[in-house]
Amino acid sequence: MPDMKLKLKIWRQKNAKTKGSFVSYDLDNVSPDMSFLEMLDALNKRLVEAGKEPVAFDHDCREGICGSCGMYINGYPHGPVPGLTTCHLAMRYFNDGDSITIEPWRAKAFPVIKDLIVDRSAFDRIQVAGGFISVTAGAAAEANAILVSKVKSDEAFDSAICIGCGACVASCKNASAMLFVSAKISQFALLPQGKVEAKARVRAMIREMDKQGFGNCSNTGACEAQCPKQIKLTNIARLNREYYKAY
Amino acid sequence: MITLNAKIPEGPLEEKWTRYKSTTKLVNPANKKKLDIIIIGTGLSGAGSAAALGELGYNVKVFCYQDSPRRAHSVAAQGGINAAKNYKHDGDSVFRLFYDMIKGGDFRAREANVYRIAEVSNQVIDHYTALGVPFAREYGGTLDTRSFGGVQVSRTFYAKGQTGQQCLLGAYSSLNRQINAGTVTMFPRRDMLDIVVIDGRARGIIVRNLLTGEIERHSAHAVVLASGGYGTIYYLSTLAVNSNASAAWKAYKKGAAFANPSFVQIHPTSIPQLNEFQSKLTLMSESLRNDGRIWVPKNKGDKRPANDIPEEERDYYLERRYPTFGNLVPRDVASRAAKERCDAGYGVGDTGLAVNLDFRDAIKKQGKKVIENKYGNLFEMYQHITGLDPYEEPMRIYPAGHYTMGGLWVDYELMTTLPGLFSIGESNFSDHGANRLGASSLMQAAGDGYFILPNTISNYLSGEIRTPRVPTTGAEFDEAEKNAKERIDKLLSIKGKNTSTTFHRRLGKIMWDYCGMTRNEEGLKKALKLVDELRKDFWSDLMVPGEGADLNQELEKAGRVADFMELAKLMITDALNRKESCGAHFREEYQTPDGEALRNDNEYSYVAAWEYNGDNEPILNKEPLKFEFVELKERSYK
Ligand SMILES: Cc1cc2nc3c(=O)[nH]c(=O)nc-3n(C[C@H](O)[C@H](O)[C@H](O)COP(=O)(O)OP(=O)(O)OC[C@H]3O[C@@H](n4cnc5c(N)ncnc54)[C@H](O)[C@@H]3O)c2cc1C
Ligand code: SF4
Ligand code: FES
Repeated sequence: MPDMKLKLKIWRQKNAKTKGSFVSYDLDNVSPDMSFLEMLDALNKRLVEAGKEPVAFDHDCREGICGSCGMYINGYPHGPVPGLTTCHLAMRYFNDGDSITIEPWRAKAFPVIKDLIVDRSAFDRIQVAGGFISVTAGAAAEANAILVSKVKSDEAFDSAICIGCGACVASCKNASAMLFVSAKISQFALLPQGKVEAKARVRAMIREMDKQGFGNCSNTGACEAQCPKQIKLTNIARLNREYYKAY
Repeated sequence: MITLNAKIPEGPLEEKWTRYKSTTKLVNPANKKKLDIIIIGTGLSGAGSAAALGELGYNVKVFCYQDSPRRAHSVAAQGGINAAKNYKHDGDSVFRLFYDMIKGGDFRAREANVYRIAEVSNQVIDHYTALGVPFAREYGGTLDTRSFGGVQVSRTFYAKGQTGQQCLLGAYSSLNRQINAGTVTMFPRRDMLDIVVIDGRARGIIVRNLLTGEIERHSAHAVVLASGGYGTIYYLSTLAVNSNASAAWKAYKKGAAFANPSFVQIHPTSIPQLNEFQSKLTLMSESLRNDGRIWVPKNKGDKRPANDIPEEERDYYLERRYPTFGNLVPRDVASRAAKERCDAGYGVGDTGLAVNLDFRDAIKKQGKKVIENKYGNLFEMYQHITGLDPYEEPMRIYPAGHYTMGGLWVDYELMTTLPGLFSIGESNFSDHGANRLGASSLMQAAGDGYFILPNTISNYLSGEIRTPRVPTTGAEFDEAEKNAKERIDKLLSIKGKNTSTTFHRRLGKIMWDYCGMTRNEEGLKKALKLVDELRKDFWSDLMVPGEGADLNQELEKAGRVADFMELAKLMITDALNRKESCGAHFREEYQTPDGEALRNDNEYSYVAAWEYNGDNEPILNKEPLKFEFVELKERSYK
């Protein structure tokens, strides 16, 4: 595939206090082998060389696992290809001449910091409230002392792979964090190690989730469709069960 | 000149750690609350130590540059974590794990430290399992293991290809429990800019708040660096792109010796570079070598699609050269062998800088389902990045910068040569000698953090209980802050034409060409000149737009590249000094007739601990390595 020409429309916002707006850029020589973030790097190189401020965005691992990156691409969190984070989205999925609109996550609980960077610390606060098993270093039993069925353990793994990117919240019309919270609750609910504190955990995490200003879940399922790690809606059903059991 | 005292406890190898623990000084619970500890980093080592020290009752402050501690680079580790559990009943033991690491490291690591990390490895697995880390299991409900390179037992615990993520999220959860309990305070989005030394001891740090640009001061009774490795010095590497050397480098400039800086692991199986804007190389886990077979065509320049090349025209060069270990030779050996084939003109793909990693036989034998179950996410990742399907045709792979065995010199207590400054995880030099074996870094980072540092730091802190909380108003803090601000102003004022990334790329190329998989005297000397020239260009032609008192990612990058250029010179100096080949350090002048590393134990059986000496040449301090419990041998995987 030859190189592409793109029309980019990017949200620029100096900081939380100022209002932002879209700015248009033309970008040539985009190789289909580039990742979406490398495409932005190319634009930024041009901006910086001209002494202008580059487009700010969060990123680190650039291989879909740290959860740093994330932006709306033509209205879709992480872009139009299911199962991919923004850093993994190859430009191969776009065509020469495409117009691409790029915006930060929009949610009350994720205020914009600058350009495409938002504040997702509310996610950390939910985990701090109860997303752990209370075991002190040195106190653990021999690892094989507690047997865990492979099926359950694999299922727990499938929930545990959430990367905390926030696409679920960004995709939800209510800006609900239920998929994110349910992933952690499910992981621990499926494992014997997590059972002891199950009730306190789900109460604490839900309380904190509400406090952080996330909306309610109305079972629309947009989160599941947009989650780059394909965390399933069944986790939310399990969360609801765990929650009823806890009261 | 500094004195290197490794403080290795007396006694037989297997009793040293127990003896140490039962005789080291403790801090009583009432005093722990009054002692402040700063930790830089939230990877397996940083998050683990923060949790464990918080659990003990110390007052802990933790810093990372990401927006959340859960994103530390450890999250990206794929293949697994070692432990000497011997669950497979295949003859494993603490001694064997120790021996494999000593041999794998080509006899350039300290026996006592390596034995200890092997010893605590089992506790690490117990702890993670209790924290709810969903490691792979057998149908009977016990934990499963697999094999990794350089060993003949199956001791690697894993969670599909996401072991690092699962371990890190376990560590993050234990960190969160302590944040909740109020023993740990988390400071994300902070870049450490300097260490503050008062009366010869580490007493605090200067950080830049990455959101506001504000320069902050934090003080403590002890400072712990858990800031990871510096493999991003090559620009293209398998590390998270913001990984950096700055924290360790600043420590070096404040008096902590830097050990074996040139010992860098080049990982054999990464996806090759595809475009000129490429920002990182994605690793394909070593676990793939359990089932994948590595080969190139027997005929030079054979450009047929891999599947059209018949069996008898394929050169499975690792199986050919190393029949005992085959595709599972250690990383340094596998990387050099790939380079050798490609340099000789047998490489595949458009650039000729790639070899095949083929799963055809494994799929035939075990079925696609089994292979998918083991490596599904890696195969998917490969396909997304390259657009090619590894179930149908071999993966194309090439070596990439990956892990730094070198790092801050530490003694048995994990303290650097700067009193009160500790270094854990990849940021120290301690356990992997001249080459790290797969899956032993997560083990080391977690072991250092949860089980070693909490026991050794008390020996230092017991002498600190009368030191009142350190004020941040003293002259040393003023000075450190002033220096940090001046450098920021300087970076902002150049207003040249090139981005810090452009300079980083150029530096990476110099280091890859002359101080990478193989090195020689002429090349290294040339590299010293090239780096000097690059530094001059950088300080006269750099462009950093924006302001210091704002979120400014270009400024963050520029500071890191400036430090990398200084470290590069030390790496080259170290590589020049070591006139032998050992592990990943391969000096072309010193090899056996069949191209293997040729060690020189008489002259180089030491740790090279470099001491900062201002604008003058760094001072070389040697810690002789004594092998009391294993016999020094030629490392053979044939
Ligand atoms: C792709 C990949 C796969 C790997 N797979 C495996 C594997 O399967 N098994 C294995 O054993 N090992 C593996 N490794 C190696 C292993 O992941 C690392 O060595 C290990 O995770 C390092 O942990 P750490 O705690 O030392 O530091 P890291 O996890 O690197 O964390 C560093 C921390 O320091 C912080 N930090 C750094 N600099 C600063 C600064 N200046 N200011 C503030 N904060 C700072 C960062 O924010 C971060 O929190 C892999 C490595 C890579 C690159
Ligand atoms: S549930 Fe999915 S979308 Fe939501 S934070 Fe986790 S990985 Fe991201
Ligand atoms: S940068 Fe880590 S997930 Fe995208």
